[in-house]
Amino acid sequence: MNSLAALAAWWYSPFGEFAFMRRALAACFALSLSSAPIGVLLTLRRMSLVGDATAHAVLPGAAVGFVVAGPSMLAMSAGGFVAALVVAILAGLTARVTLLREDASFAAFYLIALASGVLLVSVHGSQVDLMHMLFGTVLAIDQTGSLLVAAISTITLLALAIGYRGLVVESFDPQFLRAHGHGGGYYHLVFVSLVVINLVAGFQALGTLMAVGLMMLPAAAARFWAANLPTLLAAASIIGSLAAFVGLAASFHFDLPSGPSIVLTAGLLYGLSALFAPQGVSSSLVRHLRKREA
Amino acid sequence: MIDAAVSFEDLTVRYADRAAVDRVSATIAAGSLTALIGPNGAGKSTLLNAVTRLKPVTQGRVILGPHIEGRIAYLPQQSVLDRSFPINVLDLAALGAWQRTGASGRIGGQELQRAYDALRTVGLMGLERRPIGALSAGQLQRALFARVLMQDAQLILLDEPFNAVDARTTLDLLNILRRWHAEGRTVVALLHDLEQVRTHFGHALLLARQCIACGSTAAVLTQGNLARARKMAESWGDSVR
Repeated sequence: MNSLAALAAWWYSPFGEFAFMRRALAACFALSLSSAPIGVLLTLRRMSLVGDATAHAVLPGAAVGFVVAGPSMLAMSAGGFVAALVVAILAGLTARVTLLREDASFAAFYLIALASGVLLVSVHGSQVDLMHMLFGTVLAIDQTGSLLVAAISTITLLALAIGYRGLVVESFDPQFLRAHGHGGGYYHLVFVSLVVINLVAGFQALGTLMAVGLMMLPAAAARFWAANLPTLLAAASIIGSLAAFVGLAASFHFDLPSGPSIVLTAGLLYGLSALFAPQGVSSSLVRHLRKREA
Repeated sequence: MIDAAVSFEDLTVRYADRAAVDRVSATIAAGSLTALIGPNGAGKSTLLNAVTRLKPVTQGRVILGPHIEGRIAYLPQQSVLDRSFPINVLDLAALGAWQRTGASGRIGGQELQRAYDALRTVGLMGLERRPIGALSAGQLQRALFARVLMQDAQLILLDEPFNAVDARTTLDLLNILRRWHAEGRTVVALLHDLEQVRTHFGHALLLARQCIACGSTAAVLTQGNLARARKMAESWGDSVR
């Protein structure tokens, strides 16, 4: 009984005792709630790499915000939003106008963005500033930062609720929409904007290099659990939240950097899902063997 | 002069290096069951895409008959769809209500009943909740036909509807085509099997980038016309895949 209580305390105490841990957890929950479903739609559109590239593009904008206004989260987020949106739209246009495929032009744009961002922060700030921007500061998230993440999460969920059918059709069968006289461009733009604001939120917590961590890993893991979209979206959010909770607790007890700890936990959940979930390796192996026996 | 569901006037659709559809003038009669035939690379899919405006017209015009605008259903080739997409049969069919519900209108009551009815018509009752990844090619085609049924369209464009589909499904789907025909809808199907065209389709349009012939199937599918189409295809040389 005692060990049970100790176990409960192990999970509970970091968040019960420390306000900064609670704030970090709340921000990560809000982030998982919105960016994991966005990640699911990204994987379904086979745009996983595009998400990664766009995340890196947040950096130079945040750096400009940093240079102009100092380490203000709001200024950096605004800058990051503009930069990532510009890169996402430019890369899309480049792919449409030239023969380069979208992922190739994204790779080109994000490398340029990442390099110029690192340069800007290095010249105008300290090594610590750079580390914060690259790897995030979820434990230092303040009131403004939390509100920003919460607002982004709310907007995303509302947009998903209103435009769900359109976004799904545009992912599954874009020709269908266009034959109905809707340019595919409209939903694509809405979707890209949602990706970008969620990456800005992710940037707050996990930094530019791992902002996609709570977007892609839960989405990829959820694929092994669910075969239809609503369940898939919910599963991704739950997996993201679980990764945040376990990752934060682990980072507290073992004195690990919080961002990598959360992302690695998400990675672990991905691995476990791939092996043991209903649509994972082991159950398809079992199905395969049963079929051979029959 | 018969009513036209679609008229092509001197229509040219160019890709970067070549005209996929070259100065086609033809008419698809309203209420007809028309087969769109021609060699590979003849521009058949492109012609359908010009009607749905998926592909911009380079020159000339596509004129839609009265009551057609906004009431077109288009069935793509199965190969363009992602079979692993996590959507189930019922949701796929229900998408056909888009014209009436839009992105956020409710699909309930009446629309849901229509979706169930459509699935019964195509013989997919009991499979409503099955993800499309678990369907055979024939079953997926049935589900896509259910979506077309939901659309309640006046002009129905089908791109290779019987490709990779089993014989039983082909027969069932041909029956649905006949039903649409009886209801006065115009159906244009891109096909390869000439025997099938002769048996089931009253009209045909033989395309080889240019319009070789257009009209009643018997008048279009003559030895002379088919030979001309083949000859045109040979002259394209390596541009044919």
